[in-house]
Amino acid sequence: MLDTYKSLETPESIDLELHLAGPVPRILAFAIDLGIRLAIQFAAAIGLFYFGNVGIAIWMIFMFLMEWFYPVFFEVFNNGQTPGKKAMHLRVILDSGTPVTWSASIIRNLLRFVDFLPFGYVFGLISMCITEDFKRLGDLTAGTVVVHNPQAVKASTTLLQNSHQKNPLPPPLALSVQEQKALLSFTERQHQFTPERQQELANHLASALQVSDQQAVDKIHRISSWLVGAR
Amino acid sequence: MKQQLFETKYQNEWQLFESTLTTLERNARSQPHQKPREFTENYGKICYHLALAKEREYSPLLVDRLNELALRGHQQLYRTYNAGFGHRVLQFLLATFPQAVRNNSKLVLLGLLLFYGPGLIFGTAIYFDPSLAFSFFTPDQIASFSEMYNPSSNESMAEKRGSQEDLIMFGFYIRNNIGIGFQTFASGLLFGLGSLFFLIYNGLAIGGVAGYLTQLGYNTPFYSFVIGHGAFELTAIAIAGAAGMKLGFALIAPGRLTRKQALVTAGKDAIILVYGVILFLLIAAFLEAFWSSSSTIPVSIKYSVGGFFWLLVTAYLLLGGRRGS
Repeated sequence: MLDTYKSLETPESIDLELHLAGPVPRILAFAIDLGIRLAIQFAAAIGLFYFGNVGIAIWMIFMFLMEWFYPVFFEVFNNGQTPGKKAMHLRVILDSGTPVTWSASIIRNLLRFVDFLPFGYVFGLISMCITEDFKRLGDLTAGTVVVHNPQAVKASTTLLQNSHQKNPLPPPLALSVQEQKALLSFTERQHQFTPERQQELANHLASALQVSDQQAVDKIHRISSWLVGAR
Repeated sequence: MKQQLFETKYQNEWQLFESTLTTLERNARSQPHQKPREFTENYGKICYHLALAKEREYSPLLVDRLNELALRGHQQLYRTYNAGFGHRVLQFLLATFPQAVRNNSKLVLLGLLLFYGPGLIFGTAIYFDPSLAFSFFTPDQIASFSEMYNPSSNESMAEKRGSQEDLIMFGFYIRNNIGIGFQTFASGLLFGLGSLFFLIYNGLAIGGVAGYLTQLGYNTPFYSFVIGHGAFELTAIAIAGAAGMKLGFALIAPGRLTRKQALVTAGKDAIILVYGVILFLLIAAFLEAFWSSSSTIPVSIKYSVGGFFWLLVTAYLLLGGRRGS
């Protein structure tokens, strides 16, 4: 199936699903980080220039650290999340699914220099588009991968839970995962369809549900809310 | 078992596990022995429940939740805990770094060759035909570095420079030189070409300056200035180039590994060299700002201490971390 999940087999021989992050959220996260970094650098410049030559010296060293190690610092001490990544619910982890280490973080961030070439992260973007796990060159070398935070998935499901807690209904027969997912996304996306279109779609199940039109739509919502865990 | 029953039966265990995880994640740097002993056991149960939930095709949301718990448990269980920072730094200084340099001796020699070779040839050529310098430097640059090392103007300049300005130069050298070191390393990923370029380019620049100033007869101010920090700085750039070329060669000739695997393996080795490069360039920046530029230290002492630094660096890289016999 063509999607952005990567499954990771653990020593306990279960498959963990990682939700890989593509270029767009990563670019946004980078933009946020860039803004924060520039703001800090600007503030530091104003503050430190009051201290004369000593201030300039400290500012130079500080600039060096910000230019190369800003992401490293946050990735190592903040569970793989720079402020920008945190805002976008992203996280850097090792290919093995474990938290990013000093070495890996330093490699992936030093190699930004190459990802940036020839201008504006073009190499990095090309690399993200042609590698299977959306890796830029730094990620390839460091053995890291950027994933969506698992907690981020919860947001849409809680929404689902809150909106349909009335009258949950167990499905009339055991449903496969695919079927369950289909019902859930029907409920999740109900506001994107006109009522007529909803009924049209729900009527495909009319014989199984033994009702049709708006009643079928309601029944599907009730089944979905059961599937989400409402009882 | 129906999903509902499954959930009610194990709900408490999952919640308990989740709160343990939250605590562990909050103290991200804590030691492994502080983990509750039953953690692994509970993690095993979560994995089992996840496998069951998947197999029985329970609702995707339950599977997602268990997947999240298992993933977080996996991260906590298999994360690497580092030995004490001080211990690791010591280990790195005394053994890991010089050993890594020797393990990659061919690349380091290649780096030294690419750095010094073109520089030496270019410098010699300029010594005999100074006009060649204009093929590489702009007239302004030549005027500026000639002035900087002019023996007659040098003393007045050095007198003016106070300790605070030394500090500024320290900051500048850190930002500039370590930046160059990082660029020399990182650009090696482009099949080694970037490192090649930076090594040769910087070699030509330094060789060119040396040749031009020697030909002017400015030997003493120039060589007494560079000899001290040069031992660390020049060696570091060559090693950074070697680390970069290591990445490049992993892509060109991955051997029995896939290119991706070869790159990751090379990266792990190369980063050790890069740590050493950072260390050397820090020392170099310190020396360049506070020692090399000092006008109060007699030239003879600068030469002998500088020579000692070269011996020290060579001996350290050749002998450091060998098992004592």
